[in-house]
Amino acid sequence: MGDHSDGTEAHSRAVARAGHGEVDKFQDPGLPPHRLRLADTNPKAAKRAERQVAALFGISVIGTLLFFFAYFGVRLDNTISTLRLQNLLLGLGTGFAMLGIGTGIVHWARALMPDHEVSEERHAIRTEADRVGAEKIVGDILEETGIKRRPLIRNTLLGALVLAPLPAIAIFRDLGPLPADALRHTMWKTGTRLVRDPTGTPIKAADVTIGSAYHVIPEGLNELKEGKLEAKSKAVVLLMRLNPEELHPSPGREDWGYNGIVAYSKICTHVGCPVALYEQQTHHLLCPCHQSTFDLTRECKVIFGPANRPLPQLPIKVDSEGYLVAQSDFHEPVGPSFWERG
Amino acid sequence: MKALSQKRRHPLAAIALLLLGLMLTGGLYAAATTVNQAKADTTTFSAQDTKEGQKLFVANCATCHGMGAGGSPTGPSLVGVGAAAVDFQVATGRMPLEANGPQAQEKPRQFNETQTKQLAGYIASLGAGPAIPEEHYLDGKGNAATGGELFRVNCAMCHNAAAAGGALTRGKFAPALAGVSSQHIYEAMVTGPQNMPVFNDANITPDDKRDIITFLQTIDASGSPGGADLGSLGPVSEGLFIWVAGLGVVIAFTIWLTSRTS
Repeated sequence: MGDHSDGTEAHSRAVARAGHGEVDKFQDPGLPPHRLRLADTNPKAAKRAERQVAALFGISVIGTLLFFFAYFGVRLDNTISTLRLQNLLLGLGTGFAMLGIGTGIVHWARALMPDHEVSEERHAIRTEADRVGAEKIVGDILEETGIKRRPLIRNTLLGALVLAPLPAIAIFRDLGPLPADALRHTMWKTGTRLVRDPTGTPIKAADVTIGSAYHVIPEGLNELKEGKLEAKSKAVVLLMRLNPEELHPSPGREDWGYNGIVAYSKICTHVGCPVALYEQQTHHLLCPCHQSTFDLTRECKVIFGPANRPLPQLPIKVDSEGYLVAQSDFHEPVGPSFWERG
Repeated sequence: MKALSQKRRHPLAAIALLLLGLMLTGGLYAAATTVNQAKADTTTFSAQDTKEGQKLFVANCATCHGMGAGGSPTGPSLVGVGAAAVDFQVATGRMPLEANGPQAQEKPRQFNETQTKQLAGYIASLGAGPAIPEEHYLDGKGNAATGGELFRVNCAMCHNAAAAGGALTRGKFAPALAGVSSQHIYEAMVTGPQNMPVFNDANITPDDKRDIITFLQTIDASGSPGGADLGSLGPVSEGLFIWVAGLGVVIAFTIWLTSRTS
């Protein structure tokens, strides 16, 4: 139990007086005097605390019973409300079962178990004998294994240790193929029609009136057998039409739109959330995750937020039947930056 | 036939052919694009409505929108916005505007139903635009599952997946849709009020709009199966709750654990 200080007057409030030329120094004031609890002195209070602890354990028992009542007693009739009731009762039952035991034990310890203050001296950190002993053990090991005397064993062991982790590289490599150029290309090709998400119907240029916003996927995406979500997560596009005078295309990009209809990647260049909040009067595109804001009239330049690059534009034109089609794939990788992007 | 082949080289033949071609393509184009244009208004307005509407317009709206509804520096032109836009803006109390701000707020309506109809009739008479929707698109008997999918693709990013609304930039916001009448939801889709994009009938067909309305009515009626939804605002309200209430309980237990018993 170590030093059992009961905090008598002699120990506490002992402050050293600084003598001539001595440095002021606190002496250990010891512990404050031990205070008895109500339950220590009053048997009635002790009895009451005992009943309280028992009641808390009783709550735990009721909680467990409630769990079994919910599990077996509540009839599920395929409606959400009975499932909800059962879940609620299961949760409350388990909760009270645990809480009752926990609070009961804590209350028991606080009110009834002995609460004398105890202090324990710290062990010495290191003795010289221990250090010498440890050194000797290491020396003995080196001697007994004979590793110094048998370089063949030592060198083959080192070789084995170096080679052993190599299979891990193969295993981690098998977690998936490297993305190769998948990050640089999407499903869009020259002549791919722009179709509505999720119905997959093509879009006539004339149907995109000023102020409209279409959520667009490439034609054929819905028919993909595998990799549909991956393809969609790269290829989704937002199609909008505004007054052609409001657009300010840079040289070389004048014909990427069609009569004020422009298509931009919906994948934010920050961390890839779908940028799909379009304010049709201010022509701002907002990302819902971190409030990056892109100005549609200036080729989706970033005007606010953490995104670093403008949204990539999908060059579009109209085919012979009047439907909107892609001129080509995006001219740069869509979505957030990655190491090899350059 | 002989006469035709003789006139083939007539100097005016090329012009005649060009005119014929232009008329043909123009006609086809007009026929093909009518899907965007307002179909004949289903709510019919009498000449009396239009006349009364004009009086109301001059007295209440012309200050900003101009005497002939042609617009002014303070308000946009209303020619061609259609009866649906008027019904949405006036019947939800957004117009007449109470005060300038980031966006017009919903408030108690200032015009009764008859007056709203008269105003709508006047504006509709100025130019074709989206009409007030037919009753059967608003009945909520469409496909709620399809509607939900369309809602998540087209609407949820601004209006929130549970239609609880959300913030835009500089004080603008997408309102919550619970309790908004189906007619106003339909009208908002076809007219694109304020910063909302337009979802014309070529983009989301009237039947699709009916499905979306059905979905909204369904989630309105079914409530929140997961318990208190805390406004369906996602991490904002849920995070606030758990930081205040959850951490509060943890702190309370900590204080209790370390306190002395009397």
